[in-house]
Amino acid sequence: MIPWAQMAPTITVWVAAFLTLCVFSFLYKDNPFYRFAEHLFVGSAAGYLLAVQYQNVIIPNVWLPLTTGKPVTIGLTAIPLLLGLLMVARISPRFTGPARWAIAFYVGTYSGIAVTGYMQAQVLAQVADAVKPFPPGWGAVNAALGLIGLLTVIAYFFFSVPHKGVVGVGARVGIWFLMVAFGASFGYTVMARVSLLIARVQFLLRDWMHLIPMS
Amino acid sequence: MYLGPLVLTFVVGTVLIALYFIPNHAAQEVNAQLLLWATIVYAFALILGSVSLMGTHWRKIRLRAEGSFFSWVAIVALVATTLMGVVWGVAEKSPLDRFYNAVNSPLASTMFALLAFFIASAAFRAFRARNVEATLLLVTAVVMMIGRVSIGEFIWPGFPALTEWLLDVPNLAAKRAIAIGVGLGAISTALKIILGIERSYLGRQR
Amino acid sequence: MSLADRILRLDRRIIFILVALGTALPLLVPVNLPITVTPRVEAAYDTIDQLPAGSTVLFSLDYEPDVSAELQPMTVAIMRHCFRKNFKVVALTLYPAGPGLVEPAIRIAAEAEHKVRNKDYAFLGYKSGFQTVMIGMGESIRSQFPVDFYGTPLDSIPVMRGIRNYGEIALLVNLTASSAADYWIQFAVGRYRKPMVLGATAVMATDYYPYLSSKQLLGLIGGMKGAAEYEKRMDLFGDARRGMDAQSLVHVIVTLLVILGNVALFASRRGTGTR
Repeated sequence: MIPWAQMAPTITVWVAAFLTLCVFSFLYKDNPFYRFAEHLFVGSAAGYLLAVQYQNVIIPNVWLPLTTGKPVTIGLTAIPLLLGLLMVARISPRFTGPARWAIAFYVGTYSGIAVTGYMQAQVLAQVADAVKPFPPGWGAVNAALGLIGLLTVIAYFFFSVPHKGVVGVGARVGIWFLMVAFGASFGYTVMARVSLLIARVQFLLRDWMHLIPMS
Repeated sequence: MYLGPLVLTFVVGTVLIALYFIPNHAAQEVNAQLLLWATIVYAFALILGSVSLMGTHWRKIRLRAEGSFFSWVAIVALVATTLMGVVWGVAEKSPLDRFYNAVNSPLASTMFALLAFFIASAAFRAFRARNVEATLLLVTAVVMMIGRVSIGEFIWPGFPALTEWLLDVPNLAAKRAIAIGVGLGAISTALKIILGIERSYLGRQR
Repeated sequence: MSLADRILRLDRRIIFILVALGTALPLLVPVNLPITVTPRVEAAYDTIDQLPAGSTVLFSLDYEPDVSAELQPMTVAIMRHCFRKNFKVVALTLYPAGPGLVEPAIRIAAEAEHKVRNKDYAFLGYKSGFQTVMIGMGESIRSQFPVDFYGTPLDSIPVMRGIRNYGEIALLVNLTASSAADYWIQFAVGRYRKPMVLGATAVMATDYYPYLSSKQLLGLIGGMKGAAEYEKRMDLFGDARRGMDAQSLVHVIVTLLVILGNVALFASRRGTGTR
């Protein structure tokens, strides 16, 4: 009798290692192993998404209220169910018109909450923090630089006015601040990608080949 | 054809903006209910995406296009994982959970891990100090790459403080300006949608 | 062809091999370079450490396998911190592939600190909709999560008793690789005034410094390095700290390649007399 339960972790590791090497084979050149792994990933990711949606959204928020709820709950649940079905019916060109109601509801909802959300968190809060009095000492130098950076970067992105004269100088300084910010982002991006590679190599060397201790 | 959906967008958008300012419990219940409906509609929209994906690959199979074997792989994987999750659930140690740990997780991680190699190659080939701006970008990136890792302190003890300053002052200023710009852009787009000025999301009117 | 030109035409597979060796060698022969905890990670640690006894911490773990290398160690370290302080932990995810990662992370942290599901922590599972979930939870958590990930009604879970909405949450900890962070700041912090600590991938960490300055965020843990710093602060030796030697070496390799490329370019141009 094959002890599947005991062998499951080993099978999982070997399958994961095989698929990892299939993807890494792309570094040499495109090949059928890579394409197999790529298509397997695309299909299984979409399938996993569907399964999780079904179990964690549709069952508790649609099926259960419809089958066990009071009439008011059933009525309130029927509305989003209808909108959702109209959304899915968009697969057929005949239902493009009715599907617009579902899209309109969805887009209207997210537009409504976007207005107040962005206004409070990204505009008002950031402007309020930018126009605080400068702290004493060296903090004043940093705060002044920060304010100059903010104004010059905004000047750079203000394309309605030609970048000449004072605006031109401001935009130029703004570009320098942007370059520093993008350089910082690039450095961190390298760090992020290398971290992901370290984890995969760690898996191959530790969990698969046992060349590194497990703990 | 369009008027009904446009009115719906206006009503829903305006109601949600208004409800932000009304602390009344009943009003917030309405808010929560509308948002729950949007969550459910979103779940169905994801189904639409998966069906569309299947359609793309099925067309390749029907036309016997080059690489159609791999389209079979994608479709079989999609159907199998969906059925596994629907029938046996998605909890720990379920067949889907085991499949996820063996297949999805390593594939997703490795796809992104590949980028480390390409970013190193791209940095070697494209990162050139051609002018003042490019030099600023290059120097900042190098300072960040060395200064933020353990070896940076060995090379020069001032690296950690320099990287903190770069992040706290020039980076903060630029990112704040971008955040304000993005915020204003998002608000204007949302208002255009609510007021019916922007209608492209509804598709072409016949 | 001059040496400079040969360097400029270097086969990219040689670069790939250098990166691969730079990653593998330090893992096989670790040096354990020391790690310094940066101010932003220290601020995150202090924010959690100084919460009153018996506090409830809400974790929103919004990431998928592609970024788990950076965020999974963070999740385990921060959760262990909360468990050590005997805080109640409520976790959820807004990403469909999140449960497959979040559940093992919570289990690892709970087993290490001898904590029991439902009594000390709850995992609510996945819900789609981002903003709608965040705003909905402001009124009632149960409206978004009627049952937990395992199908147990929230009213039957001891740790969830008395927790109706954000009013009973002391701190929000969001670990994410996406715009979920922006939405949490907009809604949980902006609308409901909840204190928040963010753990982000290194790619997006630099974008959130403005929110630290405005105190919309009380701490920021960025990437695997940030996770390693938090592990150091917790006196743990997890996957993040193990990877720091490799991180250092690959960064040095990339930096040397960039410098080499520029030196070769200038030498080549000088050789041909062009600018």
